[in-house]
Amino acid sequence: MKGNELLKINNLHTGFRIKDTFYDAVDGVSLTVKKNEILAIVGESGCGKSTLATSVIGLYDQNKTRVQGEILFDNKNLAALSEEQMNDIRGFQISMIFQDPLSALNPLMRIGEQIEEGLVYHTTLKQTERESRVLELLQQVGIRNPERVAKQFPHQLSGGMRQRVIIAIAIACKPQIIIADEPTTALDVTIQAQILDLLIDLQAETEAGIILITHDLGVVAEVADRVAVMYAGEIIEEAAVEELFANPKHPYTRSLFNSIPQMNSQSDRLNVIEGIVPSLMNLPRSGCRFSSRIPWIPGEAHEENPTLHEISPGHFVRCTCWKEFHFKTDKGGGTHELYANK
Amino acid sequence: MSFMQINDLKVHYPVRGGFFNTVIDQVLAVDGITMEFERGKAYGLVGESGCGKSTTGKALIGLEKITSGSIIYEGENVTNKRRNRKSSFNRDVQMIFQDAHSSLNPRKRVRDIIAEPIRNFLNLTPKEEERKISELLEIVGMPEDAKLKYPHEFSGGQKQRLGIARAIATNPKLIIADEPVSALDLSVQAQVLNFMKDIQNEFGLSYLFISHDLGVVKHMCDHISIMYKGRFVETGTKADIYTNPQHIYTKRLLSAIPEVSPVGRENRKRERIRVEQNYQAEHKNYFDENERVFDLLQVSNTHYVASTSQVKGVL
Repeated sequence: MKGNELLKINNLHTGFRIKDTFYDAVDGVSLTVKKNEILAIVGESGCGKSTLATSVIGLYDQNKTRVQGEILFDNKNLAALSEEQMNDIRGFQISMIFQDPLSALNPLMRIGEQIEEGLVYHTTLKQTERESRVLELLQQVGIRNPERVAKQFPHQLSGGMRQRVIIAIAIACKPQIIIADEPTTALDVTIQAQILDLLIDLQAETEAGIILITHDLGVVAEVADRVAVMYAGEIIEEAAVEELFANPKHPYTRSLFNSIPQMNSQSDRLNVIEGIVPSLMNLPRSGCRFSSRIPWIPGEAHEENPTLHEISPGHFVRCTCWKEFHFKTDKGGGTHELYANK
Repeated sequence: MSFMQINDLKVHYPVRGGFFNTVIDQVLAVDGITMEFERGKAYGLVGESGCGKSTTGKALIGLEKITSGSIIYEGENVTNKRRNRKSSFNRDVQMIFQDAHSSLNPRKRVRDIIAEPIRNFLNLTPKEEERKISELLEIVGMPEDAKLKYPHEFSGGQKQRLGIARAIATNPKLIIADEPVSALDLSVQAQVLNFMKDIQNEFGLSYLFISHDLGVVKHMCDHISIMYKGRFVETGTKADIYTNPQHIYTKRLLSAIPEVSPVGRENRKRERIRVEQNYQAEHKNYFDENERVFDLLQVSNTHYVASTSQVKGVL
């Protein structure tokens, strides 16, 4: 791997077993995570973004899941490691921030003990050193009275405080990679802003690579450096954040942007993507997976086996249908391109 | 003219404890709010979780007992009235719930779910009822054969549309929509919002749109009230709130919303920190010693802000 590349995912397939057949929820994803970078993975529910995260950190049910491909980290292929080997990496070099802070914390353990757990397992620090490290961590995530909070139980804290504790647990062993799965979805906007600012500040300190999984394009715009958009298990567009927001190319990305109720838009109607996301069992396994959602675009516009094309340095788009794509202008549906690419 | 007025509405929950389980304290979930509803307008109620916005919605429709204050509907006082099939209030005010899935009875077919308000409030023959249901399904863009299906056979967006079909079955005047799109994906959310706007234009509906998402509220509402700890901190037209926010809480809320553009995000972060410092510094001008929001003062024709009279000069 090159100098600042921390994690490299090569052609990853993660499938779930339904009646003895495996169906791939993540279907041939390749990604790299660099040092000191926030990579956002965006998509709607069911697109496979969370499955991708659990594949990387190995939190899946081994009996029902099949992971193929390579996840290269620190000269090891994480996809091929045993549970014991994975335990040594998980929480130490790669850690995770979960969506719902209440269910991710153990209700019967004091906050201090929960943060200490990772330190006991992965480090050789003495008891007193661990205790001071816990207080230091709580301070670092912006909790004002760490001594008191360390002795409290999760239910005594507010949602924002709990999420801070989750972050403290995640950064306890100074991981190189943090996977944040919808870290602010359960929080109010003012708390969300605080938590996002905290993540940015912590990253500047630790220089970790962060994989941020979210469905909220606003959050992506605020914090990400690079963005990968997922649809039906595939990455359909990947670019630097400025490039993607100024110049979205893939029909799905553009449709998504047009369905956001904007703070500063004047228009009356929002864009609607026709049809529904195909279910895992009915996914078209060949051709452009988005083609059924844009039936007014002729079939010749799509590639037979869509691949990612680099259309400008660092900007990848799957399939060729974006060249022909235009929004449908039908009855009442005034299409308004907020991000016209002219 | 407004068809419905709410005056100084309060909903307090008793906190019991101590000896003999006596009432030792009150939770002031809604603490004195005043509103008016006009025909064909959409009203937004915005606030963070726990501010009492959902309680307000429930109290209006009669799912929550009102402690004091009054609801006047077309000149008639309907506060804490028992639900009554003859009452026009119960027919004309309907609700759309946040979680469409749990608001639909899993053991009833779609036909019976949508027929429930019709059977309760309208006197129709079975044939007319059948026609009305088909009509409603057509309005919400669902196929005819949906009638005989069960709720679990539909996707999230479709379930929310069934919830809307049920709410508009009795031709209501006001629909209370409690976070109707929070559980939906972006593209489905767009579908439901478009649709709610369409039926508003078509039937002259009024909405009380309860949400924590300021982007959605701005898209949907003409008139917006910001709520904090059971009270309004600021109320006004969409332009008043978004272009001329006066209360520090509103400013803080607006600055916290992520913008869908990475350009200038460092500036926004600095601005957020500045607003937050301002919020701490000016706190005492906007909240009294019990953290209670002051009464609303009029700033312009439509714009009201909660603050002490001293600050008024500064505004």
